[in-house]
Parts: sequence; structure tokens; C-alpha cells
Amino acid sequence: MKTRRFLPVLPAVTLLAMLGPILAGLYGTVLPAFGHLPAGGLFGPSITPFANLFDWAGLPRAALLSVSTGLVATIISLLIATMLTAGWSGTRPFRVLERLLSPLLSVPHAAAAFGLAFLIAPSGWIARILSPSFTGWDRPPDVLILQDPYGLALTAGLIVKEVPFLLLITLSALGQADAHRSVTVAQALGYGRVSGWLKTVFPRVYTQIRLPVYVVLAYAMSVVDMAVILGPSTPPTLSVQIVKLMSDPDIAMRLEGAAAALLQLALVVGALLFWRLGELLVAKLGMVWIASGSRGKVDVLVGTAALGAGTVCALSVLLGLAVLAIWSFAGFWGFPDALPDQLSFKNWDRHAAGTLAALLETAVIASIATFTALILTIGSLEAEYRHGLRMSSRALWLLYLPLLVPQTAFLPGLQTFMLNVGIDVGRIPVILAHLIFVLPYVFLSLSDPFRAWDARMGTIAAALGASPDRVLWQVRLPMLLRPVLTAIALGIAVSVGQYLPTLLIGGGRVATLTTEAVALASGGDRRAIGVYGLMQTAAALLPFTLALALPAIIWRNRRGLRHG
Amino acid sequence: MKHLAILAALIAPIAVLADPSPADWDAVKAEANGQTVYWNAWGGSTTTNDFIAWVGERVAEDHDVTLEHVKLTDTADAVTRVLSEKQAGENDDGAIDMIWINGANFSAMKDADLLFGPYAEQLPNWAVVDVAGKTVQSDFTVPTDGFESPWAMAQVVFIHDTADLADALPDMAAILDWSTANPGRFTYPQPPDFLGTTFLKQALVDLLDDPSVLTAAATDETYADVTGPLWAFLDDLTPTLWRSGRAYPATGPAQLQLIADGEVDLAISFSPGEATAAIANDQLPDTVRTFVLDGGTIGNASFVAIPYNSGSKAGAMVVANFLMSPEAQARAQDPNILGYGTVLDMNAISADERAAFDALELGIATLTPAQLGSVQAEPHPTWMTRIADDWMDRYGVAQ
Repeated sequence: MKTRRFLPVLPAVTLLAMLGPILAGLYGTVLPAFGHLPAGGLFGPSITPFANLFDWAGLPRAALLSVSTGLVATIISLLIATMLTAGWSGTRPFRVLERLLSPLLSVPHAAAAFGLAFLIAPSGWIARILSPSFTGWDRPPDVLILQDPYGLALTAGLIVKEVPFLLLITLSALGQADAHRSVTVAQALGYGRVSGWLKTVFPRVYTQIRLPVYVVLAYAMSVVDMAVILGPSTPPTLSVQIVKLMSDPDIAMRLEGAAAALLQLALVVGALLFWRLGELLVAKLGMVWIASGSRGKVDVLVGTAALGAGTVCALSVLLGLAVLAIWSFAGFWGFPDALPDQLSFKNWDRHAAGTLAALLETAVIASIATFTALILTIGSLEAEYRHGLRMSSRALWLLYLPLLVPQTAFLPGLQTFMLNVGIDVGRIPVILAHLIFVLPYVFLSLSDPFRAWDARMGTIAAALGASPDRVLWQVRLPMLLRPVLTAIALGIAVSVGQYLPTLLIGGGRVATLTTEAVALASGGDRRAIGVYGLMQTAAALLPFTLALALPAIIWRNRRGLRHG
Repeated sequence: MKHLAILAALIAPIAVLADPSPADWDAVKAEANGQTVYWNAWGGSTTTNDFIAWVGERVAEDHDVTLEHVKLTDTADAVTRVLSEKQAGENDDGAIDMIWINGANFSAMKDADLLFGPYAEQLPNWAVVDVAGKTVQSDFTVPTDGFESPWAMAQVVFIHDTADLADALPDMAAILDWSTANPGRFTYPQPPDFLGTTFLKQALVDLLDDPSVLTAAATDETYADVTGPLWAFLDDLTPTLWRSGRAYPATGPAQLQLIADGEVDLAISFSPGEATAAIANDQLPDTVRTFVLDGGTIGNASFVAIPYNSGSKAGAMVVANFLMSPEAQARAQDPNILGYGTVLDMNAISADERAAFDALELGIATLTPAQLGSVQAEPHPTWMTRIADDWMDRYGVAQ
């Protein structure tokens, strides 16, 4: 059996596919952080880069912004996703909201941020619709709604993007948690819907979604594109400052950038530890709460608030996309007109050739990277199942390094590594670079449902004479169809959204929808942003539609599998 | 630190292959045939992107050179890229073949030996460039020495919406007075964006009685005295700005959106024809016009440079030469296309070629060369670097 010889190697290949580049990239960050950059004629070691960094007057607020926006966005997104699932899973409003929110996961962060900005800005669509009849404004008010110093707009943008992600991850974990029966029993004992779910299902679900939550936290703390669009600029968040330092024409600034990158890494690690302590505290308090036996007096209120918050998230992105669409067809559109003077295909005509070429490039990169990631992931998981090769939790953390280390910190180093071993820039290295980021997401999304699969099914199948391969292909994967499709959709969405790896590893020669959109974004041309943002969204939307639709079609006569 | 020494040895530059000689133009053309040129240029302006796409079509027709526009958000990304390649020992076929470069990046790359050249003054079309009348041999006072070739002239103009700000403002003091009387109606791109620093330089040049001190490098002795008036001006101006100076637009074109939205009435631009082109593209209302300060405004040339490790230097030189051709220059000056000033000497080109320029209409919001008035010199790059740094310390971390 070919598989048997091949399979045990896969976990090692999977780790190696990422570890080499990550380590090379980190090495390339640590050296400059301590003053060593021979190509710039700078030789270390020295602590000057750190001294310069701490001299920057904006550092305390930049660092605080990264931490505060990251933590607040993660807490609120998790609360909304959890309470929504607790209060409404299995109900009609929930199915509607799920159908609305899940595809929204695919909306690239930049497009969602622009949509939100076009909505809530003082000159945004909401103000245009209400003006002048309700507000009396014939000019936009001079108020600091976007780019506010506390990063509230950025936090809001992160929340509307992370709620769908956490909700989808929660849903893919639900099938393994035996939620329905637990809640039924709890409700029979007089518990409210939300309390019953939180006390019986949440602990089991959370163990499955813990790592995705960590990733959300690390991502929210180090996001660049959203922070540029929605976040403050005086000073910006630390991650934006790192990008600025790294791209400064003065080569010596790169040392300070590397030092800042290490600080960002430390902040992310610190925040994760803080979160872990919070988990322990919540668990302690939760035990007290469970033991108290309270049946949940405010359940209805909590449930309603969660549904309201979820609806606001969905509407923000949907209306944001709608206003992107209007801008993409807009002629001149002054304030306070609710709609443009005229609509035309002029903008689309102008950008047609560029978007189609970029769409093709995006699709090729995303599908190859995602399917490679899927093969490695399923192979690794199956290998650990059959051969007991389960990665230690420490080894598992290595898998998440690409998501926990700010991209700006190790990508230039990674680029150097690829050039050193003679890999030229171009599409294939970009696919490999995307794989580094796609693989953890696919693995994260698939591993918990895969491991939580009831192994007795395998035992039964084996007892009926099925080989391990047949168990995998004919029992396990079909049962896991929904999480597998979710993982594919997620992988494609992650690949579509990648900016820095595409730009740096592609040497700028690989033009995807995202690199084109972000390049246009700095110019603030809302019409072009509208066209590219919609194309970007479309590129990622189809896989998510399929991830939702296929299980329902394939398992139309297998009720228990539809949501598993 | 032994491993550091080994690493340093590993990434030391290796011998470079023979480069094409710009003096032998036929050989350059022959070598360029079939090459692909990756032109890294700022991608934030859709009108510029369209122009570059047209250049690509033309050089493909004439020279079988494939031009790929790599759209940057920041020119410094290209500098980063070339530096990384040097670090990795990629000395023969780097990812970048040509960069639309600004003075500060040019100065940094030239100092670090990251550029190919000299080549610019051997290009055939250099013969028709207005060397005497236009600043095409120095970039922010730094001599180009043939390491970059010009392709457009730029000059600071102010874009104003006549519906709200009817009259031109004569100088920086008038801008301050107007902004004080109309708080929240003016802003500028956030330094270190190049147009933002250009505003600071323009303010400094206009506020100084004798701006000639700016042609020499800034020193610790001169800096504080010379820039004092600028900081006093900005301290007064900042609280009157859009969002009280707590947020700024990211780039120049982002200001156009603010004018279209009715958020601000006045914006700085480095392209006299930008407003007209933006009106044609529905990006600005047709009530917008432009003006220059009474004492004149800063002007300079836009340049392209070729990295030392480009694998398509011949192709890049062909493109650089085409950019200086009367055909490309006339198209760039067309206000409906780009509205960029030409670098050519109108007396050096043929009558037919000149006719193409004469046929261009200026456009609704573009000033005539006479109205644009005198061009002020760019300060030495050391001023810009220091002022941008100081600005970030003073206003870039506002509470």
C-alpha cells in the first residue's frame, strides 16, 4: 500500500513546509533588530534600534492601540458569536443570519473596511441618506468618526469581520458537541435557552474553537490593511508603524522596524497569555455559576441583544458592499445626494482588463494553495489517527506561528531565504508563501471536527471489512463533508485576501485582486475601490456558497450530517 | 559572532554580468527585443495607470518590449525590494526593472549603489529634452548624473472649489487666515506622504524671506532658525484643519475625494492638470479651479531609474527613451489623459511634433504656463527628511 508508506511522512512535511521559511524569516528579523544588516552596511550587535524605537513619542499609544483594539474586538466578537449560537442555534432567525453572515466571512478585510468607511464616515452613505432632511447638514459635519484616536472604528471593523469567522468555526464544532440533546435536557430541567447552552455546550465547544480564538486575537492585534483604512494615523497602530518603518527609504530605519516587529511579537505573546489567564478565570466563575443553579432570568434579553448585534454586523458588511457597488457604477456623487448624479459602466469598462487578469491570477493561486493545504492537512490528521503520530501541543503551536507572528516581521526575511536557495520570484513561490498562511487556517478549521469524529464509526466499518483507506474515503470524509468544504472555502478566502506575501514574495510581479485593490486604495478613488472590492468579494464568495449549499444538497436525506 | 561573519560573507555581492551600453543604441534595441520590463510605479492614480498601460501597448508595437506595471502603494517598497535582493545576492535578474522614483528614494538608492547608470543622457531622445530650461539634471538638488531620466514636469498648484472658496489665495499667510475663518475646510496629506512633505516645503519656501538657504544641506546650526517660522505657522494652522488636525488624508488623490464629498474646499496638488482630469473622471465637481501662490510654487521633474540588478536593462532604457518621445510627452500633457508638463524643448522637436502639443486644450481647471508663473527650486533632501521627522514628532502623535 502506497498510502501506508507515504502517510506517516505527511505531518513532518506539513510542519517543514512552514517551519523553514518561518525560522528563516524570524532569523532575518532578529539580526536587524540588534543592529545587524550587512547589505545596508550596518553591523551589530547593538541595542540602538530598540533605543530609537523607545524614543518615538507615539510608541506608548501605538502599542496600547494594538493591544486594546485587538482584545476588545476579540472579546466582543466572541461574545456575539457565542450568544448568538446559544440563544438562537436551530431556529429560523439563526438560519437566516447564518446564511447572511457565513458568506460575509469571504469578504476581504480591505473591502469590508472600505464598505464600512463609506457607510459611517461623516460624508458616508448613512449621513447622505439622512441629509439634509433629518440632520439639516448640507455639508458633512467635521467630526472624527473614522480614524478616531481610540481606534473605535477599527475595532468595529474587526468585529464585523471576526463575528462571521467565529460563528462559522463555532458551527463547524457544534456537530461534535452533541449540542441539541444537551440543551434539550437543560431546558427540560428549567434552564433558559442561553444559560442551558452556556452551561452544558459552551465548555465543549470552546475547547474546539480555542485556537481559532487565539488566531483572531493575534490577527486583530497585528492587522495592517484595516488599520490603515479605519484606524488612527496620529499615531497609527504598532503594526502599521512597522510597515512604515520597513518601507522607509532610509535603510537604517529597517533596524527600528525589526525591533518594533519583535515588540509586536512580544505584545501578541503577552496578550495570548493574558487571554489564557482570562480563560481560567472564566472557567472558575463559570463553575460557580453552574453550581448556583440559576436558570437564566435575563436569557431573553441576552439573546435579543445578540441577535441585534449579529444583525448589525451582517447589515454593516452587506450595506457596505451595496455602497461599494453603487460607487463602482457612480458618475459624480456629491454630498448630500443619496445617490450619484448618474450611473454608468464607465468605471467597469475602464478596469475590465485589469480585473479579469487579476481575477485569473487570484483564482490559480488560491486553488492550488488551498488544495495543497487540504491534502497535507487531511494526510497529517489521518496519519496521526492511524499511527498515533499526534503532534505534541508544542509542535502544534509551531503550526500557528505564521498567524501569530506579524507578517511584516518575517516576510522580508522569508524573501531573502527564497532568493538564497535559488527560488526566483513569481507565481510558484507566491503559492508556497500563501500555503504558509492558508495551511494553518485549513488545519485549524478542520482538525477539531476531524479529531472529534466518533472513532466508533471507524471501528464499525472496519468490523464490516473496510480497509483504513476505505474508512477514510467512504465513512470519515463524507461525514466530515461540511467541515472539509468550510476549510476549503476558508483557505481560498485567506489566499484571496493575502497582500504582503503576494507583494513581497511575488516581487510585485504577481498581481492579484488584493494587491491591485490595496495599491488603488491609497489613492482614495472610491470608484476603482468599488470595482476591485466587489471583484475580490466575488472571488471568495462562490466557495462559501458551495460550502453551505453542497452538504444540504448531498445530505438532503441525512438530517444528522447536514450540520456536522 | 562568528555566524554573522559567515552570513555576511555569504551575501556579499558576486560579479555582475556585462550590462548593455546606452551609447550603442542599436545594440540596446536589439537586446531589448522580447524583454519584459517590470515598471514599479505608484498605482494610486487611475489616470496614471491608464497612461502606463498605453505606454506598454506602444513599446510592444515598436520594440517588442512587454511592459508590466507593478502598482506600488509606496515607492519605498521598491527600494526595500532591491535592498532585499542585494542582501540575498540576487545581482543579475532582480524583480524590478524600472522605478518611478522621487528625490528622497533616488538619493538613498544612488548613495547605496543600487542604481544602473549613467544612462539617461545617452538616450536618443535626451537630445530634445529641455536641459537648459527645466530641472532635469538634479532631483531635490541632488545631481542625477545620468542615473535617472525625466519624463514629466510637475509644479505645485492648489485646487479649490469655487463654490465655497471663490478666490485664489496669494500666499501661506492668506491660507492660514482663510483656514482660521473657515475651520475644518483645509487639510493636507499626512507626512511622510510625498505630497504632504511637499506642502511643508512649499510653506517653508513661501514663509522665508530668502529661501536660497534651502539649496544647501540642512545642518544642526541652520535647521532650527530656518524652520522656526514653519513651526509657528503650523502651530497656528493645525487646530483650524479638517478634523482639527487629528486625522489626515493618506495621499494626494484622497484629498480629491474630500473635496467631492464637500468635506474640504482646498487641496494641494503636484500636477497642474490633475484637477481637470479629475473633473473629466467625475472625481471632482466642475466648480473646481486651481491657483498658484503669488511668489511662485515648487516644481520638479518626475524621473524613472533602473536598479543595478535589473535583468532587462536594455528594455527599461527603451521604455525610458520612449517616455521622453514627443508622442508620449504630448499624450501625457493632454489634460484628459494626465495633464503632466512636458520635459521637452519645444524648439528642438519638429514642427509636426510641436503641432501635437499646440493642439492640446488646457482644460477647464488648468492654468496656462504663463499663469503658472515662476518655478521655485526644491530644497535639498536633508530639509525634507528632517522636517518630515519633526512633523511626525510634533503633529503625528497628537493627543
